[in-house]
Amino acid sequence: MAEVILRPTGNFDLTVEAEVVTPDNFAGKNAQEIGKLLVWQGPQQLPLTDFFEIKGNGGISAQDTTIIIDGNVSRVKRIGEGMTAGKVHVKGSTGMHVGNSMAGGEILVEGNTDSWPGMEMKGGLLHIKGNALDHVGSAYRGSWRGMTGGRIVIDGDAGNQVGGGISGGEIVIGGNIANFCGTRMNGGLIVVRGNAIRTVGAEMTGGTIVVGGTIEKFTPGFMQTAVESNLKFNDIECPGEYKKFAGDYAIPQKGKGVMYVSAENNEDL
Amino acid sequence: MAGTIAIKNGYVFDPLNEINGERMDIFIRNGKVVTELSAAELKDAKEIDASGKTVMPGGVDSHSHVAGAKVNVGRMMRPEDHYKSYQKKTPITHSGSGYSVPSVYLGGYEYSKMGYTTVFEAAVPPMEARHTHEEMRSTPMIDMGGYLVLGNNWFLMRYLKEGDIEKAAAYVAWMMRTHKTYGIKCVNPAGVENWGWGENVNALDQANIHFEVTPEDIIKGLAELNEMLGFSMPVHLHANNLGHPGCWEITRDSLKIPKNVKARPKDPNVEWAETKINPQRHESVYLTHCQFNAFGGTSWRDFESGVKGITDYVNSHEHVVMDSGCVPFGEATVMTGDGPAIHDLYVLTGNKWSNTDVECECGSGVLPFTYLKNNPVHSVQWAMGLEVLLYVKDAWKSIMTTDSPNGGPFIKYPQVIAWLMSNKARQDTLSECHKWASDRAGLAGETRELTLNEIAIVTRANAARTIGLSHSKGTLGIGADGDVAIYDINPAKLEVSDYESIIRAFENAAYTVKGGEVVCQKGEIVAIPEKKTYYTDITVNAEEEKKMIDDVKNWFKYYTIGFSNYPTPEKYLANPTPIKIDAEV
Repeated sequence: MAEVILRPTGNFDLTVEAEVVTPDNFAGKNAQEIGKLLVWQGPQQLPLTDFFEIKGNGGISAQDTTIIIDGNVSRVKRIGEGMTAGKVHVKGSTGMHVGNSMAGGEILVEGNTDSWPGMEMKGGLLHIKGNALDHVGSAYRGSWRGMTGGRIVIDGDAGNQVGGGISGGEIVIGGNIANFCGTRMNGGLIVVRGNAIRTVGAEMTGGTIVVGGTIEKFTPGFMQTAVESNLKFNDIECPGEYKKFAGDYAIPQKGKGVMYVSAENNEDL
Repeated sequence: MAGTIAIKNGYVFDPLNEINGERMDIFIRNGKVVTELSAAELKDAKEIDASGKTVMPGGVDSHSHVAGAKVNVGRMMRPEDHYKSYQKKTPITHSGSGYSVPSVYLGGYEYSKMGYTTVFEAAVPPMEARHTHEEMRSTPMIDMGGYLVLGNNWFLMRYLKEGDIEKAAAYVAWMMRTHKTYGIKCVNPAGVENWGWGENVNALDQANIHFEVTPEDIIKGLAELNEMLGFSMPVHLHANNLGHPGCWEITRDSLKIPKNVKARPKDPNVEWAETKINPQRHESVYLTHCQFNAFGGTSWRDFESGVKGITDYVNSHEHVVMDSGCVPFGEATVMTGDGPAIHDLYVLTGNKWSNTDVECECGSGVLPFTYLKNNPVHSVQWAMGLEVLLYVKDAWKSIMTTDSPNGGPFIKYPQVIAWLMSNKARQDTLSECHKWASDRAGLAGETRELTLNEIAIVTRANAARTIGLSHSKGTLGIGADGDVAIYDINPAKLEVSDYESIIRAFENAAYTVKGGEVVCQKGEIVAIPEKKTYYTDITVNAEEEKKMIDDVKNWFKYYTIGFSNYPTPEKYLANPTPIKIDAEV
């Protein structure tokens, strides 16, 4: 497996759009050729070498290529966008849109990410060890078609709009989330180990949401259908007792979504 | 010399001059088609070798939603329509974005790439005329104009109710001039006004609330006014009940209303290009997007094509011309002055939607829509749009549109042309469609294949003739505007079963010539030409006009804007080109 190491050295006062940073683009290129790939910063297109010191060559294919970003790139957007195979390992934090519409391979972020990680993702694994801001795995603004496959794991907290419009794949949030989780989702799985504020599952028409913590303000269009214990979705386990709900009854496609809420942490429901 | 060009040895299709694939040269001097160029002129002129290529007049789209308030709502409410569909700027072009509703610049470039040189905005609400003109002014590459929405106008409904046809005529003439628009558009007559009260109308003899006029009153009234005033185009009708199963009957019955209204287009004192065929219209009604008005069945369960009911009528009558409103599948944005129709679509799809009530004038709505081959209704709609053009025997009665972006964006025209020209293209698509496309429509058994000459009729010659522009558009006759589309199609070697090559050829014209200047070459914009904006300026009896204006001022208290801010001054138009008509003669 070939490794390409990018060490951030440039001026990131203006954010950089780095959708070229994928194993697919690096494969078959040596360090020099990789350095010539262009990224946008503001109104200018500049070579990657203006921002990174680059060591190592890409592999024969994306599959054989690992990209290691050795530092903090929280001002760099769209890392790993559309990648189909290989690995990206970010040792710090990233900017917006990491793993946008990725279809395969693996991205590991040691730090935090800005908003939109895994937007409209189709496959692969996106693992963020820290926190993420808004729109994890969701649809682009205006669209109702979010993530369709793959898995997003966030060990820390996430913000608003987790899994907006998703129809497949899995999102697992280790910590807490804010508002609007799984809005308009019609398939797939969202597991939140911690707490949520409100509007969980609003307008959902399919799929499953699990909330292990407390939901501060429960969405009104849901009806309890059962109580179940120790949930298991393939390799994702949710121990404890859960109240099972169907919804959202507030819209015409009634009650086809499923929401599990921790019984222990939501006694008043 | 600017605007001077020789196009040599192409296979020329100029239906208004009955030129059907003849190999000949076309000469343009100073932007106008001429018989020949002198030796000295030829020396300086640009020459295009069009041998082995198809030469047609520049494309004319007589019904497309490309500019104005609701088009812009379609952009604003759909960021997802833009982020994957964009083009970078070049040294001469602007950047742009949007798939089903492109930004104004991109829209102009995309039309030009397909060889189109003239496009008319299908619906201009009077209060939104300034906005529409601002967008038309910024749309490069194409000459434009717009139709004024008058089918639910409070002043007109009142005049029609009172039978005050003189004042109504003065009002229509004044409105056209005030808003710099070109013809009369009538959308869901009487129904959009009822929508202000949460209602619609569903029969031609159903009087609406408060004004107590029926759709029949309005269609008849507007058709008569149109001919009293001598407009270059017939009244442009979007019939009632659009988009409801069974609506084909009310559409056919609506077409019967102006049957006895005689077309009287007045000669608009312009230089006419030479044509063999009478360039003036004889129709008293121009039905738009027939497909959406031709739903059969009684519910979505027994939904079927009702196209034949309309085309049978059109085939046996001379007073109707119509455009198709084809559905080429994929992403679309539905936008119309028919607010209740959009609400019905929202109930059906659950999609996001927008509705507007344009004060005393009309309404509108917008909703994103995706047409899918595996959806039973959509697949029938696809078949219906093509049926409209294939069932009408005389191509001079029909015009090819997608009601862009309602049935699909105009960039899909090449695909529609391929379906019309190639039965194999249709059969191949049919095999991918839901079986309703075969069972609920007659398209599967239709073997007609339109010729290049018929394509030239339905995409330019008849569009121009219908809206009264064949004095300069839709023909290559001497004196016409030097707008030419040259396609990489050799009629002598054309195999319509290879429909992919038809699509490619019409997607990117080999050359688009506008006013004698090459503006686009194989999909690349190479020059930004001057553009014109047409509107109709009708002179009526000054006395009547004064009385009418007193009425308008009196009722203007119901408007949210001041009377003096109502008109659109000419400075909002790129090269304002009034079509002057004297209705008093």
